[in-house]
Amino acid sequence: MGLRTALMCKKFKEYAVLKYLARRVASSLFALLVITVIVFLLSHLSGNPVDALLPDDASQEQIDAFIRDWGLDKPLWQQYATFLGNAVHGDFGTSLKWQGEDAMGFVLDRMPATLQLGGLAILMSVVIALPLGVAAAVYKGTPIDNSAQMFALLGQSMPNFWLGIVLIWVFSVWLGWLPTSGMGTIYHAILPAIAIAWFQVSALARLTRSAMLEVLDAEYIKLARVKGVSESVVIWKHALRNAAVVPLTYFGILAASILTGSVVIETVFSWPGMGWVAIEAIRGRDFPVVQAVIIAYAVIYMISNLVVDLLYVAIDPRIRND
Amino acid sequence: MTQTQDTPLLEVKDLRVEISTKAGSFYPVNGHNFTLNKGETLGIVGESGSGKSMTATSLVRLLPKHAAKVKSGSIKLEGRELLDLSEAEMRKVRGSEIAMILQDPQTSLNPSFTVGEQISEAFRLHAPGPKKTMRARAIDALRKVKVAAPEHRVDCYPNELSGGMRQRVVGAIAISCEPKIIIADEPTTSLDVTVQAQYLRLLKELQDDTGMGIIFITHDFGIVANLCHKIVVMYFGRIVESGSVERIFANPAHPYTEALIGAVPKLRGHKGRLTTIKGQPPAPMEPLQGCPFAPRCEKADSRCFAELPPTLDADGDGEHLASCWRVLDQ
Repeated sequence: MGLRTALMCKKFKEYAVLKYLARRVASSLFALLVITVIVFLLSHLSGNPVDALLPDDASQEQIDAFIRDWGLDKPLWQQYATFLGNAVHGDFGTSLKWQGEDAMGFVLDRMPATLQLGGLAILMSVVIALPLGVAAAVYKGTPIDNSAQMFALLGQSMPNFWLGIVLIWVFSVWLGWLPTSGMGTIYHAILPAIAIAWFQVSALARLTRSAMLEVLDAEYIKLARVKGVSESVVIWKHALRNAAVVPLTYFGILAASILTGSVVIETVFSWPGMGWVAIEAIRGRDFPVVQAVIIAYAVIYMISNLVVDLLYVAIDPRIRND
Repeated sequence: MTQTQDTPLLEVKDLRVEISTKAGSFYPVNGHNFTLNKGETLGIVGESGSGKSMTATSLVRLLPKHAAKVKSGSIKLEGRELLDLSEAEMRKVRGSEIAMILQDPQTSLNPSFTVGEQISEAFRLHAPGPKKTMRARAIDALRKVKVAAPEHRVDCYPNELSGGMRQRVVGAIAISCEPKIIIADEPTTSLDVTVQAQYLRLLKELQDDTGMGIIFITHDFGIVANLCHKIVVMYFGRIVESGSVERIFANPAHPYTEALIGAVPKLRGHKGRLTTIKGQPPAPMEPLQGCPFAPRCEKADSRCFAELPPTLDADGDGEHLASCWRVLDQ
């Protein structure tokens, strides 16, 4: 790399970051578009949308009106265009199960509950997993490492619904410390958050450990020590900054899967979030709400991955210049 | 060398480092003795695996924890025993009094921090000053190692620089706090030849300016001839020969040294094949009797296989030492 490039370093970097982010946003939007196609086709793939969207005992009049209202007599691409046009405005029709409710509005009403529980679970996993993984790597082969690995293995071996039930049994029924189910205070969120987080802690801690082990062997760690940098700064600044890329990659999947995958736990703890809505809507063949939930989940996935992409830029300069 | 009253910059006496593994233990540094004076360059030469890097690492007490430790001996920096210092005291020595340049410039800079941040970290630790001046001081350090356009390069990340440039940055970090000694562990092995020559010239100039001592670790006798005043030749964890460059090149006393010198390509004169050393060095934990080089030595006789040669005075004035039985025969 020549002098000219060095002179351009600063300007070049800003430009590269913008280009990188623009590319990420564009590809996310494209993925979202594909998802709308799939969601749209779902109602057609599972047979006649009239069957899917209307209750079984609908009269012929209702059916005709439905076909007219939804433009089901028009060609497929036109129907999709209409669907997409409405979707852009957040209009997925009205709920069939919860009469009169706007489908997307109904889903969005439940989103804060899911974000609250998911947020707590994510916070728990990161706050526990990172130090655990770092400690396991630094004290490799010692009892500290072994117990950390044991703790991780335990979390990965337990299905979260089962862990949820055990937690309820121990902390709510037996000890009586925390409420069994429902939403309200922070205490209500603790047990479901633990049930979600433990599995994730395991994966995150193991990834952190292996990434740290690799980085701690690097020459630049030796150089930092040679400079006279203290051991804690070497570990938490020089090593973790570089090792963090690996768990961070997983963090995108983790955040998204905690937010969207809490369906089971929300059911176990009767947590009135989006997962609970999804289950109920599927049970009631409430297609507009199901579609709205899927799109909402897709957007959550996209946003958490975009956040991870942004964090990449913040911690790893090499990505900025690719 | 004339006798001086000054204590040497660095005095290493009978240094032994032990590595213990499940399979047993061995000494990658076995009874080292050498001194380094102000403004002097000492070359530590030997094949890979001979214990050169281990020697360097033990001098700054950064041996891998648990696996290796200094068993005995003494390392004195201007008369101060480094082995007696606490870890906190030792941290103050590292980077400010003894600095180090590592082998591979591709990997010895932290990819997540700018060049400026990495240089000023050394300042913050050893010569703190106002935050505002840090950048200026980092630029100054880059200028000293002849990095072009230092004002711009200071904000670059390592991945934006070439290999030679990165090694200059590592050099800038090393000299930033004006250390008394720089240990350079094969700093030019991964650089191409022209860059290598520039880098060596730079080290020499820095030494002339500051009077620092340099310990230069290499397997290349060609570099040693150009750069060093004194040489220590290592084989299998032991110093097999030591002395001034002139004497050792003119009259190598150990067949191993002779073979290493013979393996350096020359521009004129010497025609035909370069000499190579047949065989492999012994495995670290191989039980040995006699001279470890004997199995590869063309001049070895029965005594060499039976008894380890002591350190002997090759020229009769204590300035040129070798551990080879042949010294006695001369």
